[in-house]
Amino acid sequence: MSVTAPEVGRDSWPVMASVDGVADHLRARLGDAVIEIVEAAHETAVTVRREALVTAITSLRDDPALRLNQLIDICGVDYPDRHERFDVVYHLLSMALNLRLRVKVTTDTRTPVPSLTGVYHVAGWYERETYDCYGVLFDGNPDLRRILTDYGFEGHPFRKDFPLTGHVELRYSEEHKRVVYEPVKLAQDFRSFDFLSPWEGTDYVLPGDEKAKPNG
Amino acid sequence: MVDLATTAWTRDDTADLLPAKDGNAIQNYMINFGPQHPAAHGVLRLVMELDGEIIERCDPHIGLLHRGTEKLIEYKTYLQALPYMDRLDYVSPMCMEHSYVLAIEKLAGIEVPLRAKYIRTMFAEITRILNHILNVTTHAMDVGAMTPILWLFEEREKLLGFYERVSGARFHAAYFRPGGVHQDMPDALLGDIRDWADNYLKVLDEMQGLVADNRIFKQRNVDIGVISKEDAIAWGFTGPCIRASGVAWDLRKSQPYDAYHLMDFDVMVSNDGDCYGRFMVRMGEMRESIKIIRQCLDQMPEGRHATLDKKVSPPSRGEMKRSMEALIHHFKLYTEGIHVPAGEVYVATESPKGEFGIFMVADGTNKPWRCHIRATGMAHLQAMDFLCKGHMLADAPAILGSLDIVFGEVDR
Repeated sequence: MSVTAPEVGRDSWPVMASVDGVADHLRARLGDAVIEIVEAAHETAVTVRREALVTAITSLRDDPALRLNQLIDICGVDYPDRHERFDVVYHLLSMALNLRLRVKVTTDTRTPVPSLTGVYHVAGWYERETYDCYGVLFDGNPDLRRILTDYGFEGHPFRKDFPLTGHVELRYSEEHKRVVYEPVKLAQDFRSFDFLSPWEGTDYVLPGDEKAKPNG
Repeated sequence: MVDLATTAWTRDDTADLLPAKDGNAIQNYMINFGPQHPAAHGVLRLVMELDGEIIERCDPHIGLLHRGTEKLIEYKTYLQALPYMDRLDYVSPMCMEHSYVLAIEKLAGIEVPLRAKYIRTMFAEITRILNHILNVTTHAMDVGAMTPILWLFEEREKLLGFYERVSGARFHAAYFRPGGVHQDMPDALLGDIRDWADNYLKVLDEMQGLVADNRIFKQRNVDIGVISKEDAIAWGFTGPCIRASGVAWDLRKSQPYDAYHLMDFDVMVSNDGDCYGRFMVRMGEMRESIKIIRQCLDQMPEGRHATLDKKVSPPSRGEMKRSMEALIHHFKLYTEGIHVPAGEVYVATESPKGEFGIFMVADGTNKPWRCHIRATGMAHLQAMDFLCKGHMLADAPAILGSLDIVFGEVDR
């Protein structure tokens, strides 16, 4: 593995040190825990087996060649068409090498992901956030409560099948002298505009166009 | 009956039950600090367990300002989602835009003209001063000093005037755009910023003279909320908070973006790791920002303020009146928007509060599949329990003030 200084000045975005052979190093270090390594846009992302997450991350943190001493972020990504629909994405930073690494695991709505609270203190709230927004369970997090949503909120709002408008709205009720929750009432239907390609036509039938035949 | 004078109490004992003189048990208080407390800096609710005036446990409840920004962004085109960034950390709007536009530029490989890089660097530093003015003065006010906020907010108002002159808005600027900035600066602005910068250093010295050696200010901040280098790294600290713990880590130096690699400035570090150290790091950073602003003014190159790529940046008004193609480009850009190639990037910049990152997953359409916002304040606020434990109740506002929390960003 060899580290070269960042090539500054050409691009506007942040440039980091470029590391040759980081993929080989990760494969050697993590062994069969690695599922896939993707190197794109000067960033390295490694997908690891869910069961091996804690040992893999601990090994990366303690690796004298990488020294990934800080956990910057944890977040979820939802791909509803996939068998295991969630990605849980961990961003690690090495201050010594000036290097970032992205570690991913996949999971579904029921299978818990091992918690990293024993490896990095900061993982606690990030895992709470991922649990709150996506419903991903974390095994071993001592305080897995909701964090961003309302007290008593139901559902996991960042899932792709959760409507943008939500299910309930609240208002102050003069009658009850408190804030009450009611099902969302929309004065006008939620409109999702499709601007993707108005020039080349749509691949679905617009309401009212059912009788029109394509191409005359 | 337990003899209080001879019994050695451990923390676990006191947290449980403390026998009183008359034999009745005294329980620890649980109090609510916020969410409408003026020293809570917004809508923070701290549930605190107190033993007398000593904080035993502190559980921050956040999310009272949660607006689902990340979800909303998934339903907007890349350009429509940009103004949400201003509304995150609303005391440093342009720095929030900065990470977002750099993420799009990295995904789409957009080239930015040098002048645009300089303008963005200069306004990122103006924003840093804007943010630090708010933080250091309200921090001083939280511990009893009223004057700094009155003196420095006058300067802050002038900076907001510069915001207004380039973008038309005092706060929600939406000025940084993929490929550059929205409009070029008015010519007279450069001279006015230079005049302001000369004067500001004097005001800053006067303000620092008021509080930095003040006995009360030091008693309230020195050795309060101390965090070591190792703990600061483990708790995910970034920005002035980690530099105050003796880690010389600044993304502007280590991972330079825009024109920062051309700038000559120092990274402010303190070895104290306490509230006073964090305050002094921010005071020093404002002086460094002035240095960067002056260099930008001296070196400001001629050229375009945004890329010429019409798929990314709109044509000028005059061009639109003459050229059909320009008109079509304008229409397509503001309806269909930018098509960003599929991929994932994580782009972080040194916002005034610390590392502000955008993790963007693009699926090749005109809307992001996922845009995660790495909020700086969330990691800092999580450490409140660690920092407050064993301190007096009155120290909590000082610690909170020194962490520089803004809820627009923490709650997203």
